Amino acid sequence: MAGAVISRLASSAPRAGATPRAVTDPAWLRYALLAVTVIFLGVFLVVPLAAVFTEALRRGPGAYFSAFASDETRAAIKLTLLTAAIAVPLNLVFGVAASWAIAKFQFWGKSLLTTLIDLPFAVSPVISGLVYVLLFGAQGWFGPWLDAHDIHLLFAVPGIVLATIFVTFPFVARELIPLMEAQGNDEELAALTLGAGGWQTFWRVTLPNIKWGLFYGVILCNARAMGEFGAVSVVSGHIRGETNTIPLQVEILYNEYNFVAAFAVASLLALLALATIVLKAIVERKAHEA
Amino acid sequence: MSVEVTGISKTFGAYAALEDVSLHAKSGRLTALLGPSGSGKTTLLRIIAGLDQADAGGRILFHGHDVTNVPAGQRKVGFVFQHYALFRHMTVFENIAFGLKVRRRRDRPSREEIAERVHKLLQLVQLDGFPNRYPAQLSGGQRQRVALARALAVEPEVLLLDEPFGALDAKVRKELRRWLRRLHDEVHLTTIFVTHDQEEALEIADEVVIMNQARVEQVGTPQEVYDHPATPFVYQFLGNVNVFREQSLALAGNGIYFRPGSLVAGGLVYVRPHDVEIVPHEPGADGIPAIVRHVHTAGPQARLTLEQVQTREPVDAEISRAELDQLGLQPNDLVLLRLRQTRSFRPDYAI
Repeated sequence: MAGAVISRLASSAPRAGATPRAVTDPAWLRYALLAVTVIFLGVFLVVPLAAVFTEALRRGPGAYFSAFASDETRAAIKLTLLTAAIAVPLNLVFGVAASWAIAKFQFWGKSLLTTLIDLPFAVSPVISGLVYVLLFGAQGWFGPWLDAHDIHLLFAVPGIVLATIFVTFPFVARELIPLMEAQGNDEELAALTLGAGGWQTFWRVTLPNIKWGLFYGVILCNARAMGEFGAVSVVSGHIRGETNTIPLQVEILYNEYNFVAAFAVASLLALLALATIVLKAIVERKAHEA
Repeated sequence: MSVEVTGISKTFGAYAALEDVSLHAKSGRLTALLGPSGSGKTTLLRIIAGLDQADAGGRILFHGHDVTNVPAGQRKVGFVFQHYALFRHMTVFENIAFGLKVRRRRDRPSREEIAERVHKLLQLVQLDGFPNRYPAQLSGGQRQRVALARALAVEPEVLLLDEPFGALDAKVRKELRRWLRRLHDEVHLTTIFVTHDQEEALEIADEVVIMNQARVEQVGTPQEVYDHPATPFVYQFLGNVNVFREQSLALAGNGIYFRPGSLVAGGLVYVRPHDVEIVPHEPGADGIPAIVRHVHTAGPQARLTLEQVQTREPVDAEISRAELDQLGLQPNDLVLLRLRQTRSFRPDYAI
């Protein structure tokens, strides 16, 4: 995933005619690989996706849309949008700053920083959530202090936003670091010698060069921010209408045997995923052309 | 605007890229920084531009003014990067206009003035028809000219070029460097360019600064450095050279010309291949006996590889094809070598 935009750029060399016979694999191997891929995708992706929509629409469009009428579901949708609206811009700024630092400067501890950025990918989301409980929970390090100052992080919206930021912060940086490293900093230095200041160089030179990679990272970051379950589940406290996001609401509805509503709400996330994939494809093509 | 550099050192960790380098590029002249890769020439250029900071102690003066601590953007230098560094998402026009557009409002020319200046520059670099192309749609030579126009747009007082033709193929490189020389004769901007190609430096520069291992080896006009290399390194770097031990020449009689006073006892004697004269072998005649090993005639000159009879060391010689025909040389022929122009150095200078 990381560097996908780059590898697309790298493979843009024109292909000369048909591939010669000598360097192609035998037909049976090609078809076998293709069949494995198609079957795998079918069983693990297409069938579940179809199941979501089938179950959601089992009792017709009326039941489907009435699932969104409940206050709790609406609150969950609102909270999810709010969380993404805070987490994504913050990670956008952080991601650009971190990739800029890592790709364009030499400093001590650079490889450590690069590794740390990957940490949320390496750690199970449940653990990420638990870390916040350990830090900010009633028995946690900062719990008593927060309590004394009447600040509620856990089992409240701030905790959900924090956990989401943690889980999604590698997306933008991971996308940009290889891209910016490949581009080097000659263009920035050229802008500098031409008299441009730091901000001018960023807005006029750096940002236009990374915009598609950045957009790509933001789409992925957003998809994960809206869809995150594990970390959010630990810190949310599942207070109905208050601290439930869409994924948590799906779980609650499902556990209450309200299958149509559960799948209807789940279909929102499925639609988000589809929209993400379409956008991603468009962005990749744009980056490829640019 | 002259450029004066005094006592510049630059170390990267334990590695010294420049050691106490000083140089003076005269106003309005075209100066070449010539040296092999790793000699520090690009680092020096970047320090002059303000893109790198020298170690404490060194000073950079532009026309007598100390600019050591002036940021790159305010030094009034035009810098052309080896790989062009054109803004890839901007058209040729936007690239050239960039330096004018980022100026503060009160210093910024009007839109019409910018357009006019860009078009003049496009004419100067012979790219009139290309203002709306993107860098990716241009050839290497065209990109390099856009980079030059972009650097000239801000009316710099010093133009710095880092391996300006390094990424181009041989033919374009030759055309472009002659064009650069003509351009320089038109605009008379103090220009310093970095190159590892001695032919390039000797052909277009007014003055050549030869660098090796973080130091300046020699400074002079192309003629001076080629005809009178100050060190064995310069001798070897500016073209091919044969090295003889002084003792091995003792038996050659009067066949060797030494510049008066240049002979160092026990030293090494440097001779360019075109200063090696080949005469038919006659017993008792002056010269170093040698055997012809290979004759290469693909090219304007005939190049011969010979082997000295006594030391069995190889010698390269270049003679005209007419001369070769006259001598009728074949591999394994025995001949005598005479050296027209030599220079000897103490062996501890040898590389």
